[in-house]
Amino acid sequence: MSKDNQILEEFTSKEYEHGWSVDFEADEAPAGLNETIIRWISAKKEEPKWLLEWRLKAFQTWQKMTEPEWANVHYPKIDLQALKYYSAPKQKSKPKNLDEVDPELLQIYERLGISLNEQKKLQGIAVDAVLDSVSVGTTFKETLGKLGIVFSSFSEAVHEHPELVKKYLGSVVPMTDNYYAALNSAVFSDGSFCYIPKGVRCPMELSTYFRINAANTGQFERTLIVAEDDAYVSYLEGCTAPQRDENQLHAAVVEIYAATNAEVKYSTVQNWYPGDKNGKGGIYNFVTKRGICAGNHSKISWTQVETGSAVTWKYPSCILKGDNSIGEFYSVAVTNNYQQADTGTKMIHIGKNTKSRIVSKGISAGKSQNSYRGQVQVMKRADNSRNFSQCDSLLMGDRCGAHTFPYIDIQNSSAKVEHEATTSKIGEDQIFYCNQRGIATEDAVALIVNGYAKEVLNQLPMEFAVEAQKLLALTLEGSVG
Amino acid sequence: MLSIKNLHASIEGTPILKGINLEIKAGEVHAIMGPNGSGKSTLASVLAGREEYEVTEGEVTFKGKDLLELSPEDRAREGVFLAFQYPVEIPGVSTTNFLRTAVNQVREYRGQEALDAVKFLSLMKEKMKLVEIDQKLMSRALNEGFSGGEKKRNEIFQMAMLEPTLSVLDETDSGLDIDALRIVSNGVNKLKSKDNATVVVTHYQRLLDYIVPDFVHVLYKGQIVKSGTKELAMELEEKGYDWIKAEVDGASV
Repeated sequence: MSKDNQILEEFTSKEYEHGWSVDFEADEAPAGLNETIIRWISAKKEEPKWLLEWRLKAFQTWQKMTEPEWANVHYPKIDLQALKYYSAPKQKSKPKNLDEVDPELLQIYERLGISLNEQKKLQGIAVDAVLDSVSVGTTFKETLGKLGIVFSSFSEAVHEHPELVKKYLGSVVPMTDNYYAALNSAVFSDGSFCYIPKGVRCPMELSTYFRINAANTGQFERTLIVAEDDAYVSYLEGCTAPQRDENQLHAAVVEIYAATNAEVKYSTVQNWYPGDKNGKGGIYNFVTKRGICAGNHSKISWTQVETGSAVTWKYPSCILKGDNSIGEFYSVAVTNNYQQADTGTKMIHIGKNTKSRIVSKGISAGKSQNSYRGQVQVMKRADNSRNFSQCDSLLMGDRCGAHTFPYIDIQNSSAKVEHEATTSKIGEDQIFYCNQRGIATEDAVALIVNGYAKEVLNQLPMEFAVEAQKLLALTLEGSVG
Repeated sequence: MLSIKNLHASIEGTPILKGINLEIKAGEVHAIMGPNGSGKSTLASVLAGREEYEVTEGEVTFKGKDLLELSPEDRAREGVFLAFQYPVEIPGVSTTNFLRTAVNQVREYRGQEALDAVKFLSLMKEKMKLVEIDQKLMSRALNEGFSGGEKKRNEIFQMAMLEPTLSVLDETDSGLDIDALRIVSNGVNKLKSKDNATVVVTHYQRLLDYIVPDFVHVLYKGQIVKSGTKELAMELEEKGYDWIKAEVDGASV
């Protein structure tokens, strides 16, 4: 084995840090997927009739659909009938605020480094904590409420702001959009809802922390973010799951709506359990994320740091409908061992003078496969639209793969579209150079990888940029030596 | 400080160094010269611990320690510095960030406490002046898009920051114009002290006009075939290497 490979071998064999699980009494749906289960979930959440009907319609649509097979990922078929679609920790009564939440549940988040105690809170970040199928608590609701901002669990929003939910639910990602979006629409259990009223700049980062705890359970959450005219919000999503031998399904939907002059920044640090080093277990992460720049001069920016999951299938997209609207996608996707990622974005230019920017940095190590799949579409009316795409791949070792699948569809001759792609390898030379200056190999790799991903990491809110840097180093630890 | 005894090294089974003997004391400057392919750069790489080279025989002691037992990073931390002939580019990592990591890892190894941002920056400022390097280079990605001269100057700047006891300059003069050569040499001379030693590996005598060696060694076919003072370098400049080759090859027939 060459030295490069030895280095990689050691560096990528690091254990997953959040692989523990906690035993608590859970309120679970029986395994299986059918109308009865959907009615059961809806009843459990005391949902209004329109929502139940919406779910059932989604289920009917879904039944006619087939699982997509075009992605560059390979995994055994998932037996959706064997999964449970609802699992919630049992609580005596519904907690009215964080003080009433079972301390045992709060401890789960403490252990993950997420404090739900507002006194000990991370400076300037409000958190909605979702455990399996339900939200266990949301911090800073009152502070935000004074500004008219709604930040709550999805279920709560259904009861407290039905008109908003009804108006925007499915408006960006229709229930018929794709197989997993339809499935999610039928069985989604909880998630976050966020509404920023006209002219309000949200003063703190909003974040949702998803944790899967139960076994054999799918997590199907839904996030809906609405920014009215001149509103601004920065939103962050984090996720982890226990280490289990069987694969678990996570099929989420995120919808973002940006009105005139509104700006939404959505950042994800995805750290689902990736499976062990032989490729056993891990999360299947089949997610639909889309935002619409509905108003003129609006902006949606996606930033993602993807380090986990056994299989990832995810394309955060922007529909640039408003004139002069801007869509951005910044991504670092790391795959190691047997992980597979097929991720990228879609930028649909509809309005005039719309701009999009795509920066994708793939890092492949071990025996993993990492694909970038991106679509840039410029519609007939979209005069003077511009796109810039940059797709870089970094390979560590010689047993992994990096693939780029760009799709470009231009229907307006005034459009300017640029695409740049590079592939490079972490060289033995670079590592030796660092060693010769006294830097240990693991730190050298972290330095090189972080340098490579810098343009994307710079987009993250400060606190999370530091976390993400550590996570990158950790994910690749043991893959070089 | 450095003692090399009967050093043999090969790459992919091909022997390159065939019995090097060399003693270097603190305060000395040694020049290693020789024709292309004589093993000069190999010697520099073996001292720094590059793993493609396999040491098949011999020993190297550095400040009383078995150098060959140490990992490349520990050799650096012990005070061995290699100024690369072809410095490597690391995109996205600024020279400042790179050096801060390096300096603090070296300090940790030496039992010194890490420098905070303020102390580090003031140290940088001081050393930047010493080697006449432009501040602008510090925030750019390490060596990326640097000119040949800027890369070499950056090597000497790193040397100044890491304060090594043994510096090995591998063909530092290659690709430098006369002004850059002067600046780089000035830097090296300023860093010289009675406690450290410098090994200058070069093909031409030109560099030795600026960095004046105490000893000159000629490497040919993997062995030191002639040692002398700076006059030897002059002689080589005048006559080329052929007379030495003839001497050695003639003797071995």
